[in-house]
Amino acid sequence: MVKDYVKKPKVMAKDVNLYYGDFHALKGITLSMEENTVVALIGPSGCGKSTFLRCFNRMNDLIPSTRITGYVMVDGKDINDRSMNVDELRKNIGMVFQKPNPFPKSIFENVAYGLRVNGVKEAKFIEERVERSLKQSALWEEVKDKLKKSAFELSGGQQQRLCIARALAIEPSVLLMDEPASALDPISTAKIEELIYELKNQYTIIIVTHNMQQAGRVSDKTAFFYMGELIECDDTKTMFTNPKHTRTQNYITGRFG
Amino acid sequence: MMDSGKIHRRKQASQNFVFTLFTLMSASIVLVLFVILGFIVIRGLPAISWDFLTKMPEDGMTKGGIYPAIIGTFCLMLGSMIFAFPIGIMSGIYVHEYTKDGILKRFMKAMTNNLAGIPSIVFGLFGMSLFVNDLHFGDSILAGSLTLGLLVLPVVIRTTEESLKAIDNSFRVGSYALGATKLQTIRKVVLPMSLPNIITGLILSIGRISGETAPILFTVAAYFLPKLPHSIFDQVMALPYHLYVISTSGTNIVESRKMAYGTALVLVLIVLILNLLANVLRRYFGKKVKMN
Ligand SMILES: Nc1ncnc2c1ncn2[C@@H]1O[C@H](COP(=O)(O)OP(=O)(O)OP(=O)(O)O)[C@@H](O)[C@H]1O
Ligand SMILES: [Mg+2]
Repeated sequence: MVKDYVKKPKVMAKDVNLYYGDFHALKGITLSMEENTVVALIGPSGCGKSTFLRCFNRMNDLIPSTRITGYVMVDGKDINDRSMNVDELRKNIGMVFQKPNPFPKSIFENVAYGLRVNGVKEAKFIEERVERSLKQSALWEEVKDKLKKSAFELSGGQQQRLCIARALAIEPSVLLMDEPASALDPISTAKIEELIYELKNQYTIIIVTHNMQQAGRVSDKTAFFYMGELIECDDTKTMFTNPKHTRTQNYITGRFG
Repeated sequence: MMDSGKIHRRKQASQNFVFTLFTLMSASIVLVLFVILGFIVIRGLPAISWDFLTKMPEDGMTKGGIYPAIIGTFCLMLGSMIFAFPIGIMSGIYVHEYTKDGILKRFMKAMTNNLAGIPSIVFGLFGMSLFVNDLHFGDSILAGSLTLGLLVLPVVIRTTEESLKAIDNSFRVGSYALGATKLQTIRKVVLPMSLPNIITGLILSIGRISGETAPILFTVAAYFLPKLPHSIFDQVMALPYHLYVISTSGTNIVESRKMAYGTALVLVLIVLILNLLANVLRRYFGKKVKMN
């Protein structure tokens, strides 16, 4: 059908260079992804995966003396353009961090936070949205009786799912996940992978992971980074069975780290 | 085998020695504190009575009470809080949350530190020349509060800064990532988290203010004024200065000795109560922040 080949990229990076002071952390990255797909970013530690991820919601702005060139487009709009409202952008681009970072508030208020800061007041609506988000992140059953309890009383894996619920509550269209399962046990990890699989229907997801099996299980496309460069990006299946570059192959098969 | 046993015993002995030393040192600190407190309580308690707390001084300050000095000290504490807290907390937030690492931040920090290092008598002199004379406030609660306020300002700024610094950046980042503005992030995440520490620090700083003598010497404190203030332009008596007066230059120093110990005890009690309050509030807020 027509739809198949005029699909516009949801998210796109074109010739992106990023500098931390003098350090050239991202070197001319070009990558685009379609709506409702999952892209996995892989590569050795320090190659720039988190930095690249932060380009999409301009979190690098928060780090002093960073400089970015090139274009980062979301829905066809240059997000580094001066007309772009950063708070609106971040509302539309959810982010889940490597380390769970719930606020020292109740479980309920954690999920409601994003709604409240974006001006939602209606209690009924907030309640429904909180419940729905917690269900989506597969946490509802575990916390429905203690929504008023502090989020700090949850386990690490539960906290991470709470952070996912928190991000989902404001209905972003893109979800950035920076090693969301790296600090979790296998059961929580499996839950989060399942979740990603389901979320794919509604969201465009970029996920950083060090776990090759995980990349293989959850992603449609995989991008391999090395020393600030994007070495290659292709369908995950192709990447894992038939990569073009030997570097990629070596990394995926675990011959260097 | 023999050797290793010996080494082990020697290690054990030196461990024990160091442990004992540390214990003794800590114990001596506690001891000193108790001796000072005990001294003041034993000498001061006989002077304390309802009349002592609620009556004007009489007979050349050898009899009666210290009521006006208590009220005066509370006025000054309140006054300096009103001046120093909003300004200090806001500059603390500004310096820590809004300025980037750079010249401005370093300059502000250096200034705060220098301000904190100035001897309090210098503040007194400055307050006298600026507030009392140049601004024509006269010897007054206003002038004294402003001077004391200046004195605690660096403490307030630093307390605020330190409390903000203790908040892990991941909380701020998490809030921004949800589309919150900087102000929202500060108001809804950063401040509630740092409030217990800020409040505790501030209450302790007020405790310090209650005992300062030098800054009020030329700006507000009255030698003998057996009436209560009517406005912020009135002079007041204050506990630390009163203590100084009746122990050094009263009409009858020997007779007023008892009164002096009583005054000292009241002063110490105020500080102790403030410390206690700080603790209670910190616990209360600590709980509330988590639940909220
Ligand atoms: N705030 C910063 N200031 C200066 N340099 C930074 C900063 N953050 C990252 N870098 C540098 O940029 C490079 C890329 O870092 P980044 O965190 O993006 O790597 P990563 O691929 O996410 O690594 P990891 O897998 O360990 O998380 C690294 O060399 C790092 O030292
Ligand atoms: Mg990273």
